[in-house]
Amino acid sequence: MSVLVYIDHTDGEIKKSSLEAASYGAKLASQLGVAAHGLVLGTVSTDLSALGKQGIQKVHQVKNDSLNQFDPGQQATMIAEAVGSLGATVVVLSNNVTGKALAPRLSARLKAGLVAGAVALPDTSNGFVVKKAVFSGKAFAQVEVTSPVKIISLTPNAFSVSNGDGSAEVAEINLTVPAAKIKVTGINKIKGQIPLSEAELVVSGGRGLKGPENWGMIEELADLLGAATACSRPVADSHWRPHHEHVGQTGGAVAPNLYFAVGISGAIQHLAGVNRSKVIVVINKDPEAPFFKAADYGIVGDAFEVMPKIIDSVKKLKGK
Amino acid sequence: MKILVCISKTPDTTAKIAFTDNNKKFATDGVQWIINPYDEWYALVRAIELKEKDPATVLHLVNVGGAENDAIIRKALALGGDEAIRVNIESQDSFTIASQIAQVAKEGGYDLVFTGKETIDYNGSSIGGMVAELLDLPYVSLATKLELEGSNVKLTREIEGGEETVETSLPLVVSAQKGMAEQRIPNMKGIMGARTKPLKVVEPVAVEALTSIAGFELPPAKAGVKLVPADNPEELVRLLHEEAKVI
Ligand SMILES: Cc1cc2nc3c(=O)[nH]c(=O)nc-3n(C[C@H](O)[C@H](O)[C@H](O)COP(=O)(O)OP(=O)(O)OC[C@H]3O[C@@H](n4cnc5c(N)ncnc54)[C@H](O)[C@@H]3O)c2cc1C
Repeated sequence: MSVLVYIDHTDGEIKKSSLEAASYGAKLASQLGVAAHGLVLGTVSTDLSALGKQGIQKVHQVKNDSLNQFDPGQQATMIAEAVGSLGATVVVLSNNVTGKALAPRLSARLKAGLVAGAVALPDTSNGFVVKKAVFSGKAFAQVEVTSPVKIISLTPNAFSVSNGDGSAEVAEINLTVPAAKIKVTGINKIKGQIPLSEAELVVSGGRGLKGPENWGMIEELADLLGAATACSRPVADSHWRPHHEHVGQTGGAVAPNLYFAVGISGAIQHLAGVNRSKVIVVINKDPEAPFFKAADYGIVGDAFEVMPKIIDSVKKLKGK
Repeated sequence: MKILVCISKTPDTTAKIAFTDNNKKFATDGVQWIINPYDEWYALVRAIELKEKDPATVLHLVNVGGAENDAIIRKALALGGDEAIRVNIESQDSFTIASQIAQVAKEGGYDLVFTGKETIDYNGSSIGGMVAELLDLPYVSLATKLELEGSNVKLTREIEGGEETVETSLPLVVSAQKGMAEQRIPNMKGIMGARTKPLKVVEPVAVEALTSIAGFELPPAKAGVKLVPADNPEELVRLLHEEAKVI
């Protein structure tokens, strides 16, 4: 019996969201008194034994470059085979873009119940019950998994990466590689930017900023903090900012340690995408803006006056 | 070309989220229901656009649920589509729902099955992937663009920090999100026409659920905002550094 963690990677590096999944999987394995294994499909340039730091005991790898191009059908088939041969009873993935495609396929293939977007370790005192966010972050559900094999996809940034000093055994595993049915023909990544879904800090702007020409202060603060940038829906709809920055009910959902909102009213649909942030800061000139009700810290003031001072003060803090 | 679009019914985005029955059930009293925005704005509208390009395209909608869902299904038909199929079963877990949709898709021999990227109530992002697996079809999730060239399909899908273009072939399952199409408002002709479009009710196949909801809870209320005077923003930075310890 074991917990098997699917380790997702990009550009030769393990994704941070997968390190979270590995840490979660290892904690769950010790809770259940079973071994924690990792599965890597494709090739990476990092040393996989380092996954021992997250508590993984053994990493199984299929070293095949073609698997770096993602076909969820192909990979789900391979993971299912690994689950069988390794005797895994729980599979843990990140609920990142890859996990969202893989976990449901794997669930249907193995007839294994899926908790998509878990935010905490399972309660195994009576059955197998996992907490997940529902209603776009406005509530949580306790989901009971009743099938023998269970699949958990972990919400990014909901579980911290453990950093012990273990070292994992790394071995190649022999799995059938089915033909890929999806061919990747091009990749368009915004270089040097932190992906919003993985960001620990997010600086976000709304229609209160008046126009795209005023985003310099958002970008400058984000740069100084090492934060990703986001925006409200009308900002993306007006093409002031790219679509992938749109957060909220109909855009991306984020759960960073800090969500710093400037000139955003805090409509319920916007909050739906950001209300799981650990700390929310709101800068808005309207004291009645609904966002203040969801905020931890705030300044009632004009962003154009306040932001330059905040930027100066962060510069001092960072010694720049 | 035959397209099937999955339509889910969700509470309106402004609905008050509360629970009854010892926190075991979502409190539906006074809740306005809408078509799940991802299904409506992106999956359905893109499918309608494909039919507008090639009028020979057959476009069907599918919903899993009881008769109380018919109003939402008619709303979707007002935007477009030739007919709708409702599988008559109270929706349970995503696997039972996906199994019903897979059955409809199999029987109808569709070339393209569209879902939205997730529902705004259970946020599972699961139906498309499950349907694809049950039908043994390729699956492109979180897609922002889709173009057909014969039976070849070119898509763009989200990756962390960007997007990638992919190619595959029909039959195919796709989950759609922002970028795929623009929201449309149904016109009078559509609304009138929707009343007479066929809405077929079919009985479910027997499937055992793999999960169940043991209970709900609301997030703990926030302690309240700590306001910093506008003439002293430095204090905000100090608090974030020393008190919240996030920067
Ligand atoms: C079905 C549906 C889904 C939706 N999904 C989303 C979603 O996913 N994400 C989303 O964001 N929205 C969504 N919306 C839209 C949402 O309801 C709001 O309209 C939107 O979030 C408002 O964006 P905003 O706060 O940037 O703009 P506004 O509402 O225009 O607010 C601007 C704010 O800036 C403040 N301001 C103005 N000038 C200054 C200044 N100089 N300094 C400081 N503050 C200033 C104002 O006081 C105001 O509070 C959705 C709506 C619907 C109906």
